Amino acid sequence: MVPGKTTLPMMPLGRGARRKNSQLPRRSRRQPAETGRRFLDLRSGEVDIKHPKVRHETVLPVRAPNLTMQYPQVQINHHYARLWTGHDFYPQFPSFATCSKELKECSGHVFVDSVPEFCLPETELIDLSTVDVILISNYHCMMALPYITEHTGFTGTVYATEPTVQIGRLLMEELVNFIERVPKAQSASLWKNKDIQRLLPSPLKDAVEVSTWRRCYTMQEVNSALSKIQLVGYSQKIELFGAVQVTPLSSGYALGSSNWIIQSHYEKVSYVSGSSLLTTHPQPMDQTSLKNSDVLVLTGLTQIPTANPDGMVGEFCSNLALTVRNGGNVLVPCYPSGVIYDLLECLYQYIDSAGLSSIPFYFISPVANSSLEFSQIFAEWLCHNKQSKVYLPEPPFPHAELIQTNKLKHYPSIHGDFSNDFRQPCVVFTGHPSLRFGDVVHFMELWGKSSLNTVIFTEPDFSYLEALAPYQPLAMKCIYCPIDTRLNFIQVSKLLKEVQPLHVVCPEQYTQPPPAQSHRMDLMIDCQPPPMSYRRAEVLALPFKRRYEKIEIMPELADSLVPMEIKPGISLATVSAVLHTKDNKHVLQPPPRPAQPTSGKKRKRVSDDVPDCQVLKPLLSGSIPVEQFVQTLEKHGFSDIKVEDTAKGHIVLLQEAETLIQIEEDSTHIICDNDEMLRVRLRDLVLKFLQKF
Amino acid sequence: MPEIRVTPLGAGQDVGRSCILVSIAGKNVMLDCGMHMGFNDDRRFPDFSYITQNGRLTDFLDCVIISHFHLDHCGALPYFSEMVGYDGPIYMTHPTQAICPILLEDYRKIAVDKKGEANFFTSQMIKDCMKKVVAVHLHQTVQVDDELEIKAYYAGHVLGAAMFQIKVGSESVVYTGDYNMTPDRHLGAAWVDKCRPSLLISESTYATTIRDSKRCRERDFLKKVHETVERGGKVLIPVFALGRAQELCILLETFWERMNLKVPIYFSTGLTEKANHYYKLFITWTNQKIRKTFVQRNMFEFKHIKAFDRAFADNPGPMVVFATPGMLHAGQSLQIFRKWAGNEKNMVIMPGYCVQGTVGHKILSGQRKLEMEGRQVLEVKMQVEYMSFSAHADAKGIMQLVGQAEPDSVLLVHGEAKKMEFLRQKIEQEFRVSCYMPANGETVTLPTSPSIPVGISLGLLKREMAQGLLPEAKKLRLLHGTLIMKDSSFRLVSSEQALKELGLAEHQLRFTCRVHLQDTRKEQEMALRVYSHLKSTLQGHCVQHLPDGSVTVESILIQAAAHSEDPGTKVLLVSWTYQDEELGSFLTALLKKGLPQTPS
Repeated sequence: MVPGKTTLPMMPLGRGARRKNSQLPRRSRRQPAETGRRFLDLRSGEVDIKHPKVRHETVLPVRAPNLTMQYPQVQINHHYARLWTGHDFYPQFPSFATCSKELKECSGHVFVDSVPEFCLPETELIDLSTVDVILISNYHCMMALPYITEHTGFTGTVYATEPTVQIGRLLMEELVNFIERVPKAQSASLWKNKDIQRLLPSPLKDAVEVSTWRRCYTMQEVNSALSKIQLVGYSQKIELFGAVQVTPLSSGYALGSSNWIIQSHYEKVSYVSGSSLLTTHPQPMDQTSLKNSDVLVLTGLTQIPTANPDGMVGEFCSNLALTVRNGGNVLVPCYPSGVIYDLLECLYQYIDSAGLSSIPFYFISPVANSSLEFSQIFAEWLCHNKQSKVYLPEPPFPHAELIQTNKLKHYPSIHGDFSNDFRQPCVVFTGHPSLRFGDVVHFMELWGKSSLNTVIFTEPDFSYLEALAPYQPLAMKCIYCPIDTRLNFIQVSKLLKEVQPLHVVCPEQYTQPPPAQSHRMDLMIDCQPPPMSYRRAEVLALPFKRRYEKIEIMPELADSLVPMEIKPGISLATVSAVLHTKDNKHVLQPPPRPAQPTSGKKRKRVSDDVPDCQVLKPLLSGSIPVEQFVQTLEKHGFSDIKVEDTAKGHIVLLQEAETLIQIEEDSTHIICDNDEMLRVRLRDLVLKFLQKF
Repeated sequence: MPEIRVTPLGAGQDVGRSCILVSIAGKNVMLDCGMHMGFNDDRRFPDFSYITQNGRLTDFLDCVIISHFHLDHCGALPYFSEMVGYDGPIYMTHPTQAICPILLEDYRKIAVDKKGEANFFTSQMIKDCMKKVVAVHLHQTVQVDDELEIKAYYAGHVLGAAMFQIKVGSESVVYTGDYNMTPDRHLGAAWVDKCRPSLLISESTYATTIRDSKRCRERDFLKKVHETVERGGKVLIPVFALGRAQELCILLETFWERMNLKVPIYFSTGLTEKANHYYKLFITWTNQKIRKTFVQRNMFEFKHIKAFDRAFADNPGPMVVFATPGMLHAGQSLQIFRKWAGNEKNMVIMPGYCVQGTVGHKILSGQRKLEMEGRQVLEVKMQVEYMSFSAHADAKGIMQLVGQAEPDSVLLVHGEAKKMEFLRQKIEQEFRVSCYMPANGETVTLPTSPSIPVGISLGLLKREMAQGLLPEAKKLRLLHGTLIMKDSSFRLVSSEQALKELGLAEHQLRFTCRVHLQDTRKEQEMALRVYSHLKSTLQGHCVQHLPDGSVTVESILIQAAAHSEDPGTKVLLVSWTYQDEELGSFLTALLKKGLPQTPS
């Protein structure tokens, strides 16, 4: 194909160009895609490899263990706060059979023809209105947020970093825009009937929780959801109800992506989700702050543990160059933020040496411009190299230069300017990577039938075979270069060795090799003690026992304490104090001066009676040496003392006072007449030999 | 007695060369390291020899914090770190780290190249100095060492300006640097949470001023500029390259656009373009509105404002020129001022504070004949206007911040003594906290009484709290426990646990008292009578009659026995442990009084 200007007359342009079912069968095959139809993914043979693909990190309600006893003070009357960490949702591809209007067949696969629907995190398990806090790990993990903040009675706070919110907004905006471009009257629901679903072919019948799948939210809901987010910075300590502190740490995976520390004064839980040790554009992962964790919750590992991202980038570039040199076009289905920045940077360095300087690069997304602009203003969240560029001052990403030199052009959609500027051969970055909606559908249509063209899959979230299924048969080349920079199992074991948590908690899938590669014992988490695993919708008690809580001793009280050295290096002081608790902060204050007659001595009336304010007596310890005790008694005026030995100790008899004192190793028993004066005298003499606790 | 000590080396009852030493819980922190615009001799830098006479600064100071990039806050930094010698960490925000070296280099050039000063810091020293800088994010808690932590808050004053909290244990100091409590056209307002510091160190530039609304000032400014150019005059606005300049540019740009004016606006070259670029890249530090719209329209890309060339100053006709520096003490703004000063049609607008000794300060205080270098006298006929656009908090703003932070005490710096005194009284009256205003070299010592954090065993705490929750437990309850001090760990546990942990056995001390009562009835009947008597008397106590005939009140055991010699006397044996002494001794006293007659 000769590079040249051409318009796109044959492209289905959104709703106006929608084709009818009655058209040629060849057409109808692709037609579902154009109209934003959803297809069930083929979970059959590959179900296991796919399993890690579902972002299971998404549904992890963490019961904050530290809050179990805060109820009287917390305004919100919850017995505990639950932290819902990381949200994600995952477009589900429904498909198929006899309810013929809903089901379509294509190249031997059955698909459901419907408005796209989305599978939410587990919401049945807990009452979301009792969740106090949601922690967001990265912008991919917040796509379900509007479903939760808008329709569940959730009234808590959401915490996220600024780049996470801004880019998350762009991802949602793009999604909403894509879906709204191809409106469809209703969702397919007949196939969801359990009796029908059971009869459908395998991928469809295995789809989980189909009844909870939901249609896309609106921009209004997105804005409302985002307005509930409180912005936080890395290493910022956020106090929750005075009892728990949460802190986001750089996770190195995406702009603003975070791991979270959830800690009280004595316990520490780390939530590690979507982290990367590779040097790409984000700030490097903060590992040191994860040390000393009682529990480390580990999730969001790479979905393609066998692919090396560096190698994939190389393959991406060479395939791209090869195609373009042969006069073909390259289509890169992608999200509008994230890996695309790295790809553009690689291409920036590669273009000239590969002789591609005259090839136009197009980035088409309703948020393309915003994404490129936003990437340049978050210098503080970038790796050191990029940060220092800003000091010059230069934009941190070289795509600014690509835009300036007209090598990279961006458009909100294929309509308008793009159709005038469009030249081939070219490289197009556009979404949605599932190939079910968005401008990518049009390019698949346009380029699919020529073997000169290539589609290169870089996003790891979707199986490329499933994505391509409704477009089959295809002449265009398909290259699979998944670039997933998240931790692989080798990096995980390195990380765990470094950080040394007492316990690791992770999804079940990480504790065994992928069933399709069951011999690969290296593709699982290996640590000591072995990790505790969880499944979807399972509640797990974290393995630690809380023993201590912080309390403050007021300086006046501290001054009044009398420490005693009991053993070398260990001192004790008995404390009697008044406990004040407010907002889960505990303070010990000195006891009030004994101004009122609280002791029993002055009591006259039975009704004013004993223990209103129980003065707790200390415990005693030690033993009484009989000889010295007798000497002391004599010194204090007791005479006629007789000592008898018994099996366990001694009996001291004060014959005159008709008193008997049994002394044993661990006990003393004073038996006397009802003579309070005498009793108190004897008591004080005994106490002289004992230590109080 | 622990204490916090504060000594200003600069900015004590003065504006300029901000530099404040703070000692808190054994940590020494230097806040800002500025130069004084009003001096050209030794007095322009703080006197660092005060910190330590012999010995390295690095050994004495735990860290240095720079609040923002203005030279009166960072101008002495290369001198301090490279010439006096300091190798410890220097903390500042990212924008400050980016812009600070540029202003330092600018300052160096004026001092060395234009004024020919020797023994000044070099470009290399600026670079070396900046290598010691650690950049901080807003709200990030930076652990300087195991005990000392610092945290930056947004201050609004200029791009990247921050307030800092310095914290050791439960003691803390908040230093505001320069701040602005009202959002302006490009920056947001300062904010600090209710962090209740032991001490708040606040600037007080506008200690006595309460400024009229921003909008009025802006309208006034635009009106004056517009009138002057309408009648063919030239307007000079001396500014610093970064900060107010951008705000005024945005203001004029939008006004020009709206009024469709064609009169040229220039911005003196050099930093302009670069400066605006910093604003674009650090847009997250600007105000909400600019951040929201920056994708569609970047407010720092100006259409009407062009770069200035020196030759333009002599062009006929009206024009508006922004020129640096802002206090007319040197450089381009001073050159233009000299050219235009003689013409009464022209106008100079001073949009910010001018330090004593500068030309700006002189003309603002009404001086119209200025002695320039070489004994020349410059007569100022042009109109001189002052518009408070400097982004400092006014008296209302300062009070507002004190209210926000709720400090135990306040210390004022960066202001004039007289005005400070007024504000000091106001703060003491309104917030009932002590307020200090030390002069340079004067030390304020604040005693503090930090509470001691210990770990309380959860069992003990829960037990106490559960009892504290009972409705009848309105009265004060005493918590009793044992504090175990081992190495540096302090734990408060129940006495039982303390004994157990130390491997000690409890020694039980028990008392048994014989109470003799004249009574001929049988022991069992006695016991029953004791039971019913106590049951009716001690309501709210657990009184039980056990099958073996004994009676218990809580854990106190009472048994009736026959007297060995006298059958008409019965003996009640009352037995209790030391821990129940109160109740035990009360019961014996009660029983001694005898039992009530049985109802017939």
